[in-house]
Amino acid sequence: MPGAVVRLPPEQIARALAAYSGAVAAKRLRTGFGFAVLFVAIGAASISGEVDPAKFAANIHRFPNYILSLVPTLTWANLSGDLAEWFWDLKSWTRLLVDTLLIAYLGTLLGFIGGFALCFSAAANLEKRGFVRIAARRLLEFCRTVPEIVFALLFVVAFGLGAMPGVLALAIHTMGALGKLFSEVVENIDMKPVEGVTSAGAHRFAILRFAVLPQVMSNFVSYALLRFEINVRSAAVMGFVGAGGIGADLMVAIRKFFYSDVSAILVLIIATVMVIDLLTERLRHALIGMEQRS
Amino acid sequence: MNGSLRGQALSDIAHLRARHPAVFEIDPARRAFNIAAVVAMAALAAFAFWRLEFSFIRLGSGLAQIANIVSLMFPPSPGTQLMTFIRALGETLSIALLGTLTAAILAFPVGFLAAKNVVPNIFAHFAVRRVLDTVRGVDVLIWALIFINVVGLGPFAGILAIAASDFGAFGKLFSEAIESADREPMEGIVSTGGSKLHALRFGLIPQVFPVIASQVLYYFESNTRSATIIGIVGAGGIGLHLTEQIRVLEWDKVSFLVLMILLTVVAIDWISTRLRLAIIGRATLAS
Repeated sequence: MPGAVVRLPPEQIARALAAYSGAVAAKRLRTGFGFAVLFVAIGAASISGEVDPAKFAANIHRFPNYILSLVPTLTWANLSGDLAEWFWDLKSWTRLLVDTLLIAYLGTLLGFIGGFALCFSAAANLEKRGFVRIAARRLLEFCRTVPEIVFALLFVVAFGLGAMPGVLALAIHTMGALGKLFSEVVENIDMKPVEGVTSAGAHRFAILRFAVLPQVMSNFVSYALLRFEINVRSAAVMGFVGAGGIGADLMVAIRKFFYSDVSAILVLIIATVMVIDLLTERLRHALIGMEQRS
Repeated sequence: MNGSLRGQALSDIAHLRARHPAVFEIDPARRAFNIAAVVAMAALAAFAFWRLEFSFIRLGSGLAQIANIVSLMFPPSPGTQLMTFIRALGETLSIALLGTLTAAILAFPVGFLAAKNVVPNIFAHFAVRRVLDTVRGVDVLIWALIFINVVGLGPFAGILAIAASDFGAFGKLFSEAIESADREPMEGIVSTGGSKLHALRFGLIPQVFPVIASQVLYYFESNTRSATIIGIVGAGGIGLHLTEQIRVLEWDKVSFLVLMILLTVVAIDWISTRLRLAIIGRATLAS
């Protein structure tokens, strides 16, 4: 029923239309400006990033070839023999993978201890002294902003080649990341138990033990497990700079074009990462379930 | 008063225990589990320390070495290479920008393929998801090494490495954004006589675009960090200089480079947070 629509007076329509087209024009201008900035940035980045489309077009066929070379020759008739040949060095790779997992574990554990020690000083509700809080926060920020592989590079010079620099680098980075998350958890606790325990005359240690920890511990453990997953991935590449684990073998295999070795090690790493993800997810759900039961 | 209350409670502890057994009771099963967990973790840590050949002598000499290195780091100075370092930093940002954009453009169609409501075939979208998972499971440094083999040393390999490793993440995130989009705006546009194209442009894109743009910005932010390190394996950017200066033990240049990286990361974080807020805010106003 078009007749039922109330027609506005013409001058009101004109005003509304002008306002509408003005708003649309402003929005278009803003979007256009955004895209212009983006295109200028892309142009500048292509120059500084040495992007050469001709070179890319000439070499792009190599990428599928490379991926195809990674696929090992597996025949149905001699499957076990081919598999054995593909994973010819399985024993030492397994040992290196175990090392990688242990590096991730120790790094997470030491980082957890460090983050745990610092998080209460970085939380605004428990640490009233501003300078202590700021110092703790800046320290954690520094630890998590510097990439772990940079710490590993430095520590390899200081401690020598091996797993130790890798563990320490992961521990420092984990401390920064977990310390921040932990302090956020602590800032969100219910303050009533803290006040209750304080009013009964408890010292700082007793306050933390009986009023804070019961509220935060399950979150802490859950974050630590998530961090362990991330650290397993990082530990796998620590060997690139000589800081232990399976990375050194992988790098040699890639650099020397040992195609089947590359794919074998990659398959092992991806499988390990998937298994660890699955296990920690199970563990986290079990912990949450236990928390809800009690 | 506090002290006296505490004193009274402590002197009366035996009676308190007798009167409130529930408060003092300890669940033996829970306690046993806790102790077992801590012992198991400590044992695993001890095994790891032994297996990875930790030694206090090495730790001590290493710490002394670190103290020495840190003292050599001050004051940070670029030497005569300031312009080289700044150019390398620009290269790092370029790698992050182009890598993220390439990944986003490549992942956009794949996101539709992996979305349940676009491709109802369960096998197809399961397969696409598993491929994306595998791509995501390979670290960006490994991709960098692989692309160096394909296109040679330099920043271009870095761009492709970042694009490859983000492609997996974007594919998953985009498909989730598309799956959670609301159908009703599209139906509304069709009901007022809009075409299918109008429905996509004014019904779907305004919902999906802010989510995708903010995710792309977030990844650009985290890729600035990744782009600083892929130079370590030779894929361009400031990481190359960092490794070089560490190898030749020029510690004042190392600390200058680390400072440059820190400042850039903080600046990019700040800018991208502002931009993200602006995009999301505009979307809430429009809807």
